[in-house]
Amino acid sequence: MAGGEAPREEGRPDRRFAGLRARGRAPAGQTADQAPAESAPTAVLDIRDLHIHFPTDDGLVKAVDGVSFALERGRTLGIVGESGSGKSVTSLGILGLYNRGNSQISGKIYLDGEDLVAADQSRVRELRGNKIAMIFQDPLSSLHPYYTVGNQIAEAYLIHNKVGKKAARAHAADLLKRVGIPHAETRVDDYPHQFSGGMRQRAMIAMALSCDPELLIADEPTTALDVTVQAQILDLISDLQEEYHSAVIMITHDLGVVAELADDILVMYAGRMAEYGSGQDVFGSPGHPYTWGLLGSMPRLDRPRMDRLQSIRGTPPSLIHVPSGCPFHPRCDYAARNNGRCEREVPELRPVSLGHEVSCHLSIDEQRRIWAERDKVAS
Amino acid sequence: MVTFIIRRLIASVFLLIIVAMITFAIFFLLPRLAGQTTYALATQYVGRNPTHAAVLAVEQQLGLNRPLYLQFGSFLKAIVVGRHFTAGPQTVYCPPPCFGYSFKSQLPVWPQMVSDIPVTLSLAIGAAVIWLVSGVSIGVLSALKRGTVFDRAAMGVALAGVSLPIFFTGLVLLELFVYRWNLLPAPTFVPFTQNPFQWAQNLILPWITLAFLYAALYARLTRAGMLETMNEDYIRTARAKGLPERTVISKHGLRAALTPVVTIFGMDLGLLLGGAVITEYTFGLHGLGLFTIEAVQSQDLPEILGVTLLAAFFIVIANLFVDVLYAYIDPRVRH
Repeated sequence: MAGGEAPREEGRPDRRFAGLRARGRAPAGQTADQAPAESAPTAVLDIRDLHIHFPTDDGLVKAVDGVSFALERGRTLGIVGESGSGKSVTSLGILGLYNRGNSQISGKIYLDGEDLVAADQSRVRELRGNKIAMIFQDPLSSLHPYYTVGNQIAEAYLIHNKVGKKAARAHAADLLKRVGIPHAETRVDDYPHQFSGGMRQRAMIAMALSCDPELLIADEPTTALDVTVQAQILDLISDLQEEYHSAVIMITHDLGVVAELADDILVMYAGRMAEYGSGQDVFGSPGHPYTWGLLGSMPRLDRPRMDRLQSIRGTPPSLIHVPSGCPFHPRCDYAARNNGRCEREVPELRPVSLGHEVSCHLSIDEQRRIWAERDKVAS
Repeated sequence: MVTFIIRRLIASVFLLIIVAMITFAIFFLLPRLAGQTTYALATQYVGRNPTHAAVLAVEQQLGLNRPLYLQFGSFLKAIVVGRHFTAGPQTVYCPPPCFGYSFKSQLPVWPQMVSDIPVTLSLAIGAAVIWLVSGVSIGVLSALKRGTVFDRAAMGVALAGVSLPIFFTGLVLLELFVYRWNLLPAPTFVPFTQNPFQWAQNLILPWITLAFLYAALYARLTRAGMLETMNEDYIRTARAKGLPERTVISKHGLRAALTPVVTIFGMDLGLLLGGAVITEYTFGLHGLGLFTIEAVQSQDLPEILGVTLLAAFFIVIANLFVDVLYAYIDPRVRH
């Protein structure tokens, strides 16, 4: 075991400081020369003003446009948004899995104080699968059909540790047992097609955990699974997070998943941060009209049944022709209130309370009033 | 895996019997259906100046007037135990495997074919090695360097390779290397067992000619497979594990990209083993291809029948080999 059982030296971060976790970040919208001397990153993951753009024949795709957040060990960040909001590109950016040839990246990604954007590729590769691991959406297509599950789990362990094949195989079997695969000793030699969907995702998790990562990114880990299996997988992830004391980024469009697991929530829209705060803040007093829309379109059992769910009108914007001003304004019910300011000016991310930030031109009072009304109507 | 191979072996034997049946039917049933009498059929086996008595004798001898299934039975039996043929005054024994007796050349078919097998075998296998190695590696490089000068150049050459006929490239190579620059001998077949160096020296031009065509096809096939595979989710997983790009390509990418190549390879090699007709003709190598041409030109039915069955045998064997290889590569086939 690569220290899986051993307690970490740092210990768990105190929950009292939950609201202060975003301190390391430069305020959004500030340019480099305006920015005060940057504070040193303290969290395991500290992302500052990340931009990932892809030049294409049709124009510049701004997949990620100014994203900043920080994450401590043992905590979970939920990144929420529609398809094409930049959540997956952000995670691939952290892993360095974007094609350096056809992309432009700027900003900082500090992992344990080391900037991954500036680091050379071989260094990022060393960290990949070792300190940062990822669980993908569809476990069947994400596992290689020609190699045994054990072989694929052992592979990552062999690359990052000086161990023999036998030890790696034993480690793989051990991990399979840990993620709840029965008869792990024999199933380690099975091929992915001999596993059920839930077991495959468990195997993916075992693979991600093989080097005891500090940061685990789960990209829609339950989307391809049966509903009954989804809960098991989520429980497993949170149990293992406690055991391994990793930081977890949970990327999803399922607000139920986020509500269940995440300490912090980042709502993304068109590659930008719409709202960022603790789970209580974002679910309890959301400030961004897009977040209201997301919450309104989610069926809830704790509320009386409405005639129909409220969907957000319109479709997500193309990332090449992002609407001027606030990218959400064409779909926003409240954009008309600001005398065209929403169409002209890009809203900055500003704090509405300690550790809770919203990028919207509506005043804080207006945000609170509108949400209170909507909340009342719904309940 | 062992049961898989045994199952495929049994299936192959049945397949061969069916192929034999169909081939036999083409030669003996179709003429009848087309209204040809057994007497007319027997005339073809007699020789240039058929006398009535001789034709009747042959008809009797070959059992052409017997029911077809009995004829087929004795045909199959001959392959296993051999058969006696009466040709003119004397009786000739055709030892097993007896694929028939050619009344035109007054010889059993098999011994004539046997001497041609090593030629075709050497030609096909040598060329196959060249085109597999060069085609696959060019294809992989092209896929990885997609859009670069190398990719464009390689695909351009590949297009030329697919388009240029063998008798053109073959004759150009012959003219340059043999007649103009005197670098190589004019190809004649030297058995490998006799002198491996001369064997290779004589065959190098036919190999290159044949391999050029196939390498071009395989490069394109590999490139397409590789491009598709490298976009698969499991490649992203392999990269996310932190594997070096070299391992990602060779271990995770190439193995999956090669499955369609393996399938086509079995077919191509099987077909060529039945005779690389144009290449043999261009270089004057007497293999199964030339044997077939001569048999067809002289309308020697037993020879055509024999070479057809042999070609079918090679294709079935090649496919058996591919199936086993496939099962080895892709575990989903095994289970």
